[in-house]
Amino acid sequence: MWNFLKPAPRTLRLWQLMVLFAVFLFWYAMTKPGLIPPFMFENDRQAAFFFGEPVSIFARIWDWFVIDRDIYQHLWVTLLETVLAFFFGTVGGLVIGMWLALSPVAAAIFDPYIKALNSMPRVILAPIFAVWFGLGIASKVALGFTLVFFIVFFNVYQGVKEVSPTVLASARMLGATQNQLLRHVYLPSATSWVFSSLHTSVGLAFVGAVVGEYLGSSRGVGYLILQAEGSFDINTVMAGILVLTAFALVLDWAVGRVEKHLMKWQPRAGETEKI
Amino acid sequence: MREARGVSGANRSTGDGAAAALALDGVTCTFVSRDDRSQRYTAVRDVTLATAPGEFLSVVGPTGCGKSTLLNVAAGLLEPSAGTVHVFGQPLTGINTRAGYMFQTEALMPWRTARDNVMAGLEFRGAPKAEAGARADEWLKRVGLGGFGDRFPHQLSGGMRKRTSLAQTLVLDPDIILMDEPFSALDVQTRQLMENEVLELWAAKKKAVLFITHDLDEAIAMSDRVVILSAGPAARPIGEFTIDLSRPRDVAEVRVTPRFIDLHKAIWDVLRAEVLKGYAQQKLAA
Repeated sequence: MWNFLKPAPRTLRLWQLMVLFAVFLFWYAMTKPGLIPPFMFENDRQAAFFFGEPVSIFARIWDWFVIDRDIYQHLWVTLLETVLAFFFGTVGGLVIGMWLALSPVAAAIFDPYIKALNSMPRVILAPIFAVWFGLGIASKVALGFTLVFFIVFFNVYQGVKEVSPTVLASARMLGATQNQLLRHVYLPSATSWVFSSLHTSVGLAFVGAVVGEYLGSSRGVGYLILQAEGSFDINTVMAGILVLTAFALVLDWAVGRVEKHLMKWQPRAGETEKI
Repeated sequence: MREARGVSGANRSTGDGAAAALALDGVTCTFVSRDDRSQRYTAVRDVTLATAPGEFLSVVGPTGCGKSTLLNVAAGLLEPSAGTVHVFGQPLTGINTRAGYMFQTEALMPWRTARDNVMAGLEFRGAPKAEAGARADEWLKRVGLGGFGDRFPHQLSGGMRKRTSLAQTLVLDPDIILMDEPFSALDVQTRQLMENEVLELWAAKKKAVLFITHDLDEAIAMSDRVVILSAGPAARPIGEFTIDLSRPRDVAEVRVTPRFIDLHKAIWDVLRAEVLKGYAQQKLAA
């Protein structure tokens, strides 16, 4: 029996699930009123009040997705904000990054400002964006944009700077014009760096969306969490966090798929097969 | 028929009436350090060199003597500090569009498949996609990579990548082929195969070739003429030899003929002193 179950590549998923199960079991045991005598709190309902109860949390999630079906619009809004922030941040970072990397004079002039803007704690801007763009999705997209932009910008800048001089000279010898160099050499080289930061930038777009919602909105998963916190409904808060986590994992997986498809020209280690 | 002439001897082929395919005249390249303007390094000084159309010319010299600098000047990638470059009688400005360049290091675009890499030049020059594709396929077949068109460079071996580079350069049918130690990264067997392949392709089309190498055997086995560069800094041609071995040649077989050994000895006598000088300078700098 043990031989069948012991950790091995084959049983990896099983063990991962067992860890998850153990965490929830521990959580349940510690928070279920009356299950074990209280040792931290004065009465046995307080643990559930502070940490929530897994069973109620799953019931809440079940309600959202199956019974009431009211989470979809919120998820949709959060997803839309994430995708828009990611899209605009990436395009902005790509264009500005390529421009500054290819014109050293502009780069020298803007260098201190880029550094200043990047080191500024940009989450602070969220209330200002809410004033400028209202409580709709625009202010969240703006916040996500500021987060994604710099990640992509620095990667593109690096990517263009690190284009192999030989590949560049070769393309010029093959007759590439300045525009063709941009399209066929600089851009592919820069995108490889963008894709290497894709996981980070999608994650940050998501953070921008949720934080923006949390600081002021009328829809989105961040808004749900904010509402629940207002009424000390810890179970709903936890349910919201779990949904967001699962959602982030799905996004990350999707990014991985896209990356694998687009970056197939990059070498990967160990492509042999045992016969 | 051994010819060993001084610097001025290199001028002869320019004076032969018909315009040389490629003529460097009094080329000097001085590099200035970006951080300290007073730090200068003269890689080559007063180099005069010419390749006739259809001639296979090798330039041999100790490492670090500025061979690649000369090639970059000939390609139009680098502007000389002094001197002029003429291509078929026309002064060169900007990139040398009549030349194809095979680099020493990896020059394939890693994000393009072998076929797309070979197509690149045709594409840049505005050829229709279908036609460019057909010609790329034809050239891939010619360099023995018919079935590898859809591979990315990292999926090919070093020799296959060099062949792809060769196809990429030759598909444009350049009148001048510049080669910068193209086979130095290959193992001996692959190298000899590639050398023979290049000779065969060259014999079919008879383009002007400027071949840079530090390998004297390779230079003699492949060329019509070998020019020796002195050790850097301020390298200049110090000798020139006509290689009168019969063609077609097999680079492996030609190496054991008595004439090859004679030529090798004569050229090595000139080169040896420079190699030692270059080595001593590098040791001093270290």
